[in-house]
Amino acid sequence: MEIKEKVIEKILLLVALSSIAVLALITFFIFEQGLPLIWKIGPKAFILGQKWIPSKGLFGIFPMIVSSFLVTLGALSLGIPLGLACTIFLCEWSPPSVGTVLRPAIQLLAAIPSVIYGFWGLVVLVPLVRNYLGGPGLSILSGSVILGFMILPTIISISEDSLKALPPSYKEGALALGATHWQTIWRVLIPAARSGIVASIILGMGRAIGETMAMIMILGNAVKMPTSFLDSARTLTTNIGIEMGYASGAHRQALFATGVILFIIIMLLNSLAIFLSRRRTG
Amino acid sequence: MKFGNVLGFRIWNLKILVLCLLSFLLIFLPTIGCQREKAGITVAGSTSVQPFAELLAEEYMSRNLQSHIYVQGGGSTAGIEAVRTHAANIGMSSRALLPEEKDLYAVTIAKDAIAIIVNTKNPIQDLSLDHVRLVFSGKIKKWEELGAPPHPIVLVSREEGSGTRESFQKFVMGKEEISLESLVQDSNGAIRQVVSNDPHAIGYISLGLVNEQVKALKVSSIEPTLANIEGGKYTLIRPFLFVFNGEPKGEARSFLEFVLSPPAQELLSKEGLVTTLKLSGK
Repeated sequence: MEIKEKVIEKILLLVALSSIAVLALITFFIFEQGLPLIWKIGPKAFILGQKWIPSKGLFGIFPMIVSSFLVTLGALSLGIPLGLACTIFLCEWSPPSVGTVLRPAIQLLAAIPSVIYGFWGLVVLVPLVRNYLGGPGLSILSGSVILGFMILPTIISISEDSLKALPPSYKEGALALGATHWQTIWRVLIPAARSGIVASIILGMGRAIGETMAMIMILGNAVKMPTSFLDSARTLTTNIGIEMGYASGAHRQALFATGVILFIIIMLLNSLAIFLSRRRTG
Repeated sequence: MKFGNVLGFRIWNLKILVLCLLSFLLIFLPTIGCQREKAGITVAGSTSVQPFAELLAEEYMSRNLQSHIYVQGGGSTAGIEAVRTHAANIGMSSRALLPEEKDLYAVTIAKDAIAIIVNTKNPIQDLSLDHVRLVFSGKIKKWEELGAPPHPIVLVSREEGSGTRESFQKFVMGKEEISLESLVQDSNGAIRQVVSNDPHAIGYISLGLVNEQVKALKVSSIEPTLANIEGGKYTLIRPFLFVFNGEPKGEARSFLEFVLSPPAQELLSKEGLVTTLKLSGK
């Protein structure tokens, strides 16, 4: 029996390793395809370059890095207040009957394909922005609003978990000391669950930076430095998504190189999230 | 006791094994079946050629019930790449082959005009080629400079590497660059969608895909009609290519022969393309 168990153990190990192998392969190919171009034109010219004109050999992705962060910032400024308010309501006030409806509904937000978000944004939100605020409508503002809704499930589910994981004595103690319910939440529970909430926000940020399909449809994809929230913009992901089909040679490598930068940004964000959520227990 | 455990373990083990086998069979059996029964060919590439190829494939399949032709998009370069790696039997390209692609075998199946389109609410009917160039290079930024009600012009362009964009660059822009301010969409349909929604937008798409949602402008007073294209007056035309890896053989050859035959060419002509019949007759 010992042998059989060993065999099964080894097989399971192999299966587990194979899923990591996929990650390793993806990493390897992105870097193998992208790095040569970054070295050729110089990391500084690539990352800080202002112009992206592949047909002329100009590969500067700085406007896209800025746009990626602007869109994400916009999404967070909508997603954080909404998400936190929703979490607090779910944990502290909602009667069980409301919670049983609300929770699956929020999870459903995560299950909607991003192309549907994009389509909805294009048909409903973009004309509203164009008619009432001006500009082409396909803009950072429209993209931010859509992304803000898309990251809600991430923020709500993880920060709810971290609020629920708090020892009940925190709340009981605060209430016993005469704090109101709201004071307890705002002064005791939220600060105590801070690291988990921050981790949820950073994971939401990672989701926002990585979103592609909806952004291709809503941002307008102009390759320029955005000057206002009503400007069209192109993020790192949409740059890859929109030009992949027709790219060849150095242009194709440049798209992989864009992927390298994106990969590094997302790795940093996820490591930060893991670090912060570990600190909670430590 | 021990025996029972052993037996239980064996039965469990057997079940897993059978399940694994079954799932493998489920996955692979249909594909084996497919390969045996459907000797289909894959046509992949330019999204400009795609709708016409779909139409042709449908017609071809209704005449040859045994045949299966799968039409996919992806872009001219992706299609050419797919032919090179044998992932597709036929590649569709909406631009001439680049020097490094000349080892492949290309056949012009038709020619297509590029139409300059604006929103149906736009009063402008006619722009000179110079004006189109000034608009797309960003030197004319407002509609009032062209005699329309005052509003900033919203440019809509294709992504770098697109066959339509390359042809537009060549025939209209010349040495001028398409403004980096322009919105970028990754298909003819997406440009048509944006232009049909935004009263201030101007874009360019394949003439065959112009419909009642948008208005095709006269260029230097010449209307983009079949008669004008065939007469050589309307000059914004580019080739639609079928690309093969070596001499076309078998099903791919008979599909090509069908595409070049008079009934199929008439079909393309009805859809607004300039057919090879007319071209060779000229």
